[in-house]
Amino acid sequence: MAAPTKETMINWYRQMVLIRRFEEKCAELYQQGKIGGFLHLYIGQEATGVGIAAALRQNDHAITAYRDHGIALAMGLDVNAVMAEMLGKRTGVSGGKGGSMHLASREKNFWGGHGIVGGHLPLAAGIALKAKYLEEDEVVVAMMGDGATNIGYFHESLNLSAVWGLPVLWLVENNGYGMGTAVDRASGQADLVKKGIGYGLEQDPGFSLSFNGMDVVEVHEAVSKGIEWISRNGRPLFMESRTYRFQGHSMGDPERYRTKDEVARYAEGDPIGVLRNRLIEKHKSVQATLDKIEVEVVDEIAKAVEFAESSPVPTYEDLVSYVYA
Amino acid sequence: MAEKNITIREALSAALREEMLRDERVFIMGEEVGVWGGTYAVTRGFLDEFGARRVRDTPISEMVIAGSAVGAAMAGLRPIAEIMTINFAFVAMDAIVNHMAKVRYMFNGQFKVPMVLRTTTGGGKQLGATHSHAPEVVFAHFPGMYVAVPGTAYDAKGMLKAAIRDDNPVMFVEHSTMLQRRSVVPDDPDFVLPIGKSDVKRQGKDVTIVTYQKGLEWSTQAADILAKDGIEAEIIDLRWLRPLDLEPVFESVKKTNRAVIVEESLPRYNVGAEVTAQIQDQVFDYLDAPVKRVSALDNPLPYASNIEMMALPDAQKVVAAVKEVL
Repeated sequence: MAAPTKETMINWYRQMVLIRRFEEKCAELYQQGKIGGFLHLYIGQEATGVGIAAALRQNDHAITAYRDHGIALAMGLDVNAVMAEMLGKRTGVSGGKGGSMHLASREKNFWGGHGIVGGHLPLAAGIALKAKYLEEDEVVVAMMGDGATNIGYFHESLNLSAVWGLPVLWLVENNGYGMGTAVDRASGQADLVKKGIGYGLEQDPGFSLSFNGMDVVEVHEAVSKGIEWISRNGRPLFMESRTYRFQGHSMGDPERYRTKDEVARYAEGDPIGVLRNRLIEKHKSVQATLDKIEVEVVDEIAKAVEFAESSPVPTYEDLVSYVYA
Repeated sequence: MAEKNITIREALSAALREEMLRDERVFIMGEEVGVWGGTYAVTRGFLDEFGARRVRDTPISEMVIAGSAVGAAMAGLRPIAEIMTINFAFVAMDAIVNHMAKVRYMFNGQFKVPMVLRTTTGGGKQLGATHSHAPEVVFAHFPGMYVAVPGTAYDAKGMLKAAIRDDNPVMFVEHSTMLQRRSVVPDDPDFVLPIGKSDVKRQGKDVTIVTYQKGLEWSTQAADILAKDGIEAEIIDLRWLRPLDLEPVFESVKKTNRAVIVEESLPRYNVGAEVTAQIQDQVFDYLDAPVKRVSALDNPLPYASNIEMMALPDAQKVVAAVKEVL
């Protein structure tokens, strides 16, 4: 598989910085009371979302749980419309009716943004069934947190996908904790990829099922291989992105379950820093471009906030629309 | 138009078959729908006729049966997913309530969920407490989906075809003890009934009985008994718990000034509670007596037949309730 070009990596860098600044702005707006409900930030996990989105082919699909801002932006959802959704405006991607956890774009093949742990996994199976039923070469990447691997939906969905031969890449973003409970305190099998064995899923596809989720290049390569394998074999795979979230589970998490030292240790492997160093090592001249991106992104986020703040709130008609078709 | 006297089972089977022939995107999935032929034999022969692509046996996995049907429907197919009995639908409650009924709304209309979730309901078969419910009203609590409760072969066929053709998710509830009931049904692939229309099943001037499904049988038997005393009961079959069409009920109560609601479900927070509330709200001034409800006893159902039957409604209980309001 060809190494990504400089331009491609610069584009990934832009996306990751966009997500980081977006999330930081959301935290600020949450503290100001402008964003309500729950807010689950993707800070630290940007390489996974960006790497996945980059690996998808034209007609492939992505679906995820409630930590969805990063993959939504990486899937190309308009940053203004995503910010407007955060602020509960009618210009939001879900018209202000979904909120932070329920972003989606049918047009971009991004199927949400789902708030119930594991609840989206059967949906992924169903979307994949459509592709199989109509004999279309499409793969669904179903992202989930490590906590979701312990819920009943996980078992039923992986099992059905194996029995029916559905083109799904089940992808666990293992950030170490399901809310505040460490993986080895919640899962009898803490080596998560081994959970696929019980469903007869392929364990030796010719590449590692578990990869470093803090390196976008590695994520892109692993997920690309996974998609290619699924497309060729017509069977699902279960893969693991080893990642880490630098913020709490959601806003207001007291983080009693981990030490500041641990967070600081992982921060040294910040995925944005990793990519930046990699780019600069190879192409000294790129530094100015990356610095420019930083400035441009701050401006883009400011404009998104301005768009969202000046957008109208939903109306009574919005409240009662789309309950039925 | 040609007509046939067929059972509810045959009516359901005909509806499924006609719609599968009509639309390639319609398919069936569920436990024992294929090789077995359906645990109630509704899909017998379907695997041979349509093949394993369109008649899909699943593992015993209600959460993913309901949930993957939602995903397939969102993506453009028209699944008919079967939950063998409504008791098992509790296992799939989140997929039904949080996903099937809400994905359209939550994403502001970006997705449609054109699916049917077929299931069977009802007690009276000595199956013990966990297998003996008529809890369809629970599912009618939630906006975003419809709940169908046909009580005749005619309705079963026309309503199931409507459910399959509609772009909304429909929980289609069949009564497990009524599958052999017969009625005359149009033998016409274009026979489709409207969604959310109740039906006056018997005309009468003395009392309005509002009911559905098994309650329709008890009420019809009760009306025959009452007729011998010269009491004419009007029976309104709701047919759908959501959308709930009470206009004919209001019209009837204006005429009879009395209402009894008959159902198999438990008495607390049930269909009768809702219908009673709406009757008093809409036609209070026409009532000459309090509205009465007949339902199961507020109690789990047991195994032993004699006490199971004590807990369920029957025609005599309906007769007694009617006499109280006269």
